[in-house]
Amino acid sequence: MELKANAPSGPIETRWERHRFEMKLVNPANRRKHKVIVVGTGLAGGALAATLGEQGYNVAAFCYQDSPRRAHSIAAQGGINAAKNYQNDGDSVYRLFYDTVKGGDFRARESNVYRLAELSVNIIDQCVAQGVPFAREYSGLLANRSFGGAQVSRTFYARGQTGQQLLLGAYQALERQVNAGTVTMFSRHEMLDLIVVDGRARGIVTRDMVSGKIEAHLADAVVLCTGGYGNVFYLSTNAKGCNVTATWRAHRKGALFANPCFTQIHPTCIPVSGEFQSKLTLMSESLRNDGRVWVPKRAEDVTKPPNQIPEEDRDYYLERLYPSFGNLVPRDIASRRAKDMCDKGLGVGTAVGGQRLGVYLDFKDAVKRLGRKAVEERYGNLFEMYERITGEDPYEVPMRIYPATHYTMGGLWVDYNLMSTVPGLFVGGEANFSDHGANRLGASALMQGLADGYFVLPYTVANYLAQTPRNTADDTHAEVRAVVDSVKERINKFLSIQGKRSPDSFHRELGKLIWDKCGMARNKAGLEKALQEIPRIREEFWENLYVPGSGEELNQSLEKAGRVADFLELGELMCRDALFREESCGGHFREEHQTEEGEAKRDDENFQFVAAWEFKGDGVEHQVHREALEFEYVKPTQRSYK
Amino acid sequence: MEKSLNLVLHVWRQKNRDAKGQFVRYEAKNISEHASLLEMLDQVNEGLLEKGEEPIAFDHDCREGICGACGMIVNGHAHGPRKATTVCQLHMREFQDGEEIWIEPWRAAAFPVVRDLVVDRGSLDRIVQAGGFISTRTGSAPEANSLPVAKEKSDRAFDAAACIGCGACVAACPNAAAMLFTAAKVAHLNLLPQGEPERDTRVRNMVAQMDAEGFGHCTNHYECMEACPKHISVEFIAQLNREFMSATARARQELRPRRK
Repeated sequence: MELKANAPSGPIETRWERHRFEMKLVNPANRRKHKVIVVGTGLAGGALAATLGEQGYNVAAFCYQDSPRRAHSIAAQGGINAAKNYQNDGDSVYRLFYDTVKGGDFRARESNVYRLAELSVNIIDQCVAQGVPFAREYSGLLANRSFGGAQVSRTFYARGQTGQQLLLGAYQALERQVNAGTVTMFSRHEMLDLIVVDGRARGIVTRDMVSGKIEAHLADAVVLCTGGYGNVFYLSTNAKGCNVTATWRAHRKGALFANPCFTQIHPTCIPVSGEFQSKLTLMSESLRNDGRVWVPKRAEDVTKPPNQIPEEDRDYYLERLYPSFGNLVPRDIASRRAKDMCDKGLGVGTAVGGQRLGVYLDFKDAVKRLGRKAVEERYGNLFEMYERITGEDPYEVPMRIYPATHYTMGGLWVDYNLMSTVPGLFVGGEANFSDHGANRLGASALMQGLADGYFVLPYTVANYLAQTPRNTADDTHAEVRAVVDSVKERINKFLSIQGKRSPDSFHRELGKLIWDKCGMARNKAGLEKALQEIPRIREEFWENLYVPGSGEELNQSLEKAGRVADFLELGELMCRDALFREESCGGHFREEHQTEEGEAKRDDENFQFVAAWEFKGDGVEHQVHREALEFEYVKPTQRSYK
Repeated sequence: MEKSLNLVLHVWRQKNRDAKGQFVRYEAKNISEHASLLEMLDQVNEGLLEKGEEPIAFDHDCREGICGACGMIVNGHAHGPRKATTVCQLHMREFQDGEEIWIEPWRAAAFPVVRDLVVDRGSLDRIVQAGGFISTRTGSAPEANSLPVAKEKSDRAFDAAACIGCGACVAACPNAAAMLFTAAKVAHLNLLPQGEPERDTRVRNMVAQMDAEGFGHCTNHYECMEACPKHISVEFIAQLNREFMSATARARQELRPRRK
């Protein structure tokens, strides 16, 4: 299989503009005859469904939550990047492009990244027009703040709830279209498979999570905006319901899965406090603007109250190791350094499983410099959240933080049009692999989700519809019936095993294994061990799973079982990809490949490509395909933030 | 030293919308004070699964207090005893060892029970559909800084926009009114210059939908504000009333035949 990126050539500044002109359009009067399915209602899916509806297409939108407003984009805190250069501090579209390619450790496609940077400015305009209450200065103009991996202030924010406000903007636009009758909303519906007819994506099979009804929905094109797969680790900052099922099912139907080992571990999360823990909570990276990260210099001080440790006994290790970026180094570096410190026995907080996994994030100096009120204005809700979870007051005692899985850069492979290797199947937002390479910079996920949803997919989906015969298959089509039957059969299988273990118990076991062997640092022996262990867990899952109740009712155990089954397959592919990529880059750190200072050591000669994996059948090894990456504009160098 | 608690729970179990529900007693043993209330229920559910019983169904997702999915009445309080806190952020250190905890779903005619603690809040989405938006077309937005908005006004709009749509205000209200929810959305959009052109139709349509969904009327108990996990103020209800009255008055004037 040859992977065609379909990216335009020529000057990068005009690629998207030229491509837009070359794409085919659908006449306004014909649009309502085209049906498009959008799965997921986060920033990418919500924005897309609203935009396509407004343009006159017949849209069906799906989400597993009870309302589209609850998609996990809502939890993004810090902000959204845009190259507006309102601060007159040297920002430009080109600089945002440059920072993103470099931040991604040279594993993203230049054309896509440039387009993202270019569209960033339109996103802010769009959101302000929708009434998103971004932070403003006393002049009434928009405010900005700085973020990791950049030396300019280009991040727009709405207190610590930027994702919420952006999502509500998209949600409101979506509900407006529901009211107008252009979008039909299916809440509490979970996509359980993709329907491919004559080589084209033509629909999905869903389960109504209240009645249990299994149904086929058919359309001319299908778009998955279903988020990332971070919950493969069980403990992550993702919402509990986030899962890989939609993309994994599409993968099994022919969509290649790209760079699954590129996962992001976010440096500023609240440390694990016990075995009962169900998820991890992120504290926005924006906190690193004013908070200083440190550990005690001496291991005997780790149990001392932090305020009793004098300045000279503290190691502000990020400021020491990276004087120019200091506490604002990119996420992968900040995470790995925290792990190093804890591995050296300098971690703080409660010991869980014999190790203290935490470092301090201290606001003492910020409170002294800015005053408590200014700090409260910037981070008030985050401090409150921290206090609620830990019972400690961060104005008085330094926060304790530790890295946690947060985002997955890998995802379904897509071309420049965001179309997967299955014609008619498009993928937007975190669900695709496209823009962040091996590491995503802070405040770029919201930017990508909205760029895909508002400004890229509406064009590229239309271009596909304009050139493709409309769907003619209905419920009676043999292929549609076959997919519906296979979904029903799988559900019956979950219910009929009647073993002893809950879906969560398998999920925890898998998550712990993946975190240990394929988390912040990976090595050959560990990955090989994981590749032996995962099939064993999977085998036990299919023999000893217990799901009570029936398929014809709200059954949360059944929902979990399906998701865990897919994580058990994805986890194996992740480890395989991590083993295959014999280099370190971004979030993928192979211990065998590091510089003397312990920084990631890329191997551009042998690994400057996207690894896209093809499903070849159960029990058969995946086949890898390579998309070579070329860097015409930003020349690969070793990233340095020193 | 970490404390652990033993608790007695009385949880509302109801098979589906039409079934008759009842409280069922469970024991929750050895619960860490650092666990959230939902993590406590997770542990109870794992225990039920071990015994081959059906777990307690409840809505939840982000577990960070922002998605608005979770919500239940705990000991008579929407989202439990701690102020400005969703139930996913309510930690067991708020309870005493040996305490009895009563847990039930939101109770409102406009929120039918789906199962156990899960309710259908589609009525809130329909209120937004009626007018909780600014009709701006993708791509037609003017340059963002061409319309300055006074910081005070923008901050005030934000205070209202912080609503997470959990429905606690409805559950806490003796009349099961959705006034705080509706008021927050109307205030967010009507305070901003971008929301000005649709200000009157927005408030009229949203209030009409709220009534059509079977929510009750506001009789100034202010329980909604007490229960709201995002501190949304009842002052927005006063604003909603003003907006609604003037919008209605303006609409009547327009309808009146002009004298020649």
